[in-house]
Amino acid sequence: MSREHDKGMSLIVKTITRLTVGLILLYGVYIVMHGHLSPGGGFAGGVIIALSFINIMLAYGKEDAFKKLSRAAASMWESIGAIMFLGIALLGFTGGYFFLNFLNKGEPFKLFSAGIIPLCNIAISFKVGAGVFAIFVALILLKIDVEKKE
Amino acid sequence: MTASSIIPLFVAIPLAGAFITPLIGKKVKWAPDVIGNSLTFVLAVLSIFSVMMVSSSGTIVYSVGGWMPPVGIAMVLDGLTSFMLVTVNLLAFIIAVFSVNYMEKFTSKAKFYCLFLLMLAGMNGVLISGDMFNLFVFLEIASVASYALVAFGTERYELEAAFKYAIMGTVGSLFVLLGIVFLYSYTSTLNMADMAQVLMQKGGGNIVLMVSALFIMGFGLKAALVPFHAWLPDAHPSAPAPISAMLSGVLIKSLGVYALCRIFFNVIGMTADISSILMFLGALSMVVGVFLAIGQWDFKRLLAYHSISQIGYVVLGIGLGTPLGIFGGLFHLFNHSVFKSLLFLDSGAVEYSAGTRDLKKMGGLAEKMPVTGTTSLIASMSIAGVPPFNGFWSKLIIIIALVQAGRHGYAFWAVVASVLTLASFAKVMKYAFFDKLKEQLKQIKEVPIFMKLSMSALALICLFGGLLLVGAVKIDFLDKATDVLLEGTKYAAIVFKGIG
Repeated sequence: MSREHDKGMSLIVKTITRLTVGLILLYGVYIVMHGHLSPGGGFAGGVIIALSFINIMLAYGKEDAFKKLSRAAASMWESIGAIMFLGIALLGFTGGYFFLNFLNKGEPFKLFSAGIIPLCNIAISFKVGAGVFAIFVALILLKIDVEKKE
Repeated sequence: MTASSIIPLFVAIPLAGAFITPLIGKKVKWAPDVIGNSLTFVLAVLSIFSVMMVSSSGTIVYSVGGWMPPVGIAMVLDGLTSFMLVTVNLLAFIIAVFSVNYMEKFTSKAKFYCLFLLMLAGMNGVLISGDMFNLFVFLEIASVASYALVAFGTERYELEAAFKYAIMGTVGSLFVLLGIVFLYSYTSTLNMADMAQVLMQKGGGNIVLMVSALFIMGFGLKAALVPFHAWLPDAHPSAPAPISAMLSGVLIKSLGVYALCRIFFNVIGMTADISSILMFLGALSMVVGVFLAIGQWDFKRLLAYHSISQIGYVVLGIGLGTPLGIFGGLFHLFNHSVFKSLLFLDSGAVEYSAGTRDLKKMGGLAEKMPVTGTTSLIASMSIAGVPPFNGFWSKLIIIIALVQAGRHGYAFWAVVASVLTLASFAKVMKYAFFDKLKEQLKQIKEVPIFMKLSMSALALICLFGGLLLVGAVKIDFLDKATDVLLEGTKYAAIVFKGIG
């Protein structure tokens, strides 16, 4: 076997992952963007986005996945997502209330509508996407640490 | 922006701090300390301000997002809430000061303050929430943060304790969630005030009995009442000392006792049956806790068992339901959070300097560590109910209330538990601080300045806590909180009047 097969799974899995991972990511983004119009939203979309990175990790091994999204970056995006969400909530004070939907609501069932709700969904997707990925990484790394000690 | 805009800040400020700390804490070494301490200081000031707001304008209801309750989510600031907010945030600030030096020996301060502030956000959220489901969400935020904090040392026994705590805590949360689900299906609303009104109109049925049982199990587990206490003696000693102080001092009270009182007094409505169940559980915890404590040789484990016992006093007083009983219970809640936090901080100081928690390996520490020794003595006298320290007054009030209500049996057990507490702390003081100095402890030094500062501050509150019983402070701080529980299900009408 050549060197590129040393890490991760077999060639079949790698090829399929290479073809589908972009679509999975795109589908996650779609779910996030249409959170205020159709079932789904920040949490569901965020999980799907995280799954695309986890897929890379499963198929290619952790080094390749960390090249796309390192642990520090995951931790940073998680915090940024939470701060964005809180920031949107605090901006509601400009209209007098915490969490006030202060933006123009627009026309119902159009992509650009519902005021702050799409923005909240995006913030949640950062938080959840990075968070689920970080949880998966934590489980992987803990396992490797235990193996090293034995 | 009106004055009521500070209500959501009790959640927003610690939440913002919790997520900013890991972002910049890794690069800037001093940032976590500064953020943690300044934010908790701001919260403590805001909480004192909230007491003044309640005394000037009564119950204030905040509609999140401008949606009016009962449709929208409500945040309610009344006497009981502001009383608990002061207890939680003041203690959090003093404990954050203690952590500046103490947490040096752990590697990651940024993570510590992140979890600490997250737990604080959860507790404040539970206190200000006027919505049943939000209460559950914040309860989970605080609980999950505390599971992680118990495991902070990541040694074998700490992980075991955290795992046990997480499992039992989750079961407790599940009972609470199930209770909320049943109530929601029965009343079709989640707003507490609205729920109380619907329950009054529809009357209680078997479902309310079922829900009461679920809540007593769920919140009783969070409050560590005796049949549900098994997680506490493992979890509290395993956490780092500031967190033990936080868990024993305020977490079991805001998640357990406060939520129990709020729901039983203001939403479901107190009945004679629930009152006698609460009193029985309280008395049982009081006596069993102290009997288990007296044989312990691990300093922190002994303190943890005493937390169970003292929570018993609080629940016994509040469960009695008379004005004086509730007053005494709430006053003891405040006092216990002060002296138990102080005792845990002292145990942390001893561990910091002498490197042990075993009472048999200590001895004569008062000579080498005068501040720790003195503050421990004050806190021990307070918890044992020796005049003139604060614990004496609140225990006295609870016992007087029991005698007035004709519950002489419970009053007797309250006195017995108090005497046993004194015996147990006499043992602590003798073995840890007043005995002959051991050879291997000759080299130890007193703890650094910030730890001394925070311990002294708490000792002063212990010493002058009795002054809360006189003058305007009593009326604004304690009486207002008692009134909230006494008004019972009239809470609903008061909250609806306060919407604005």
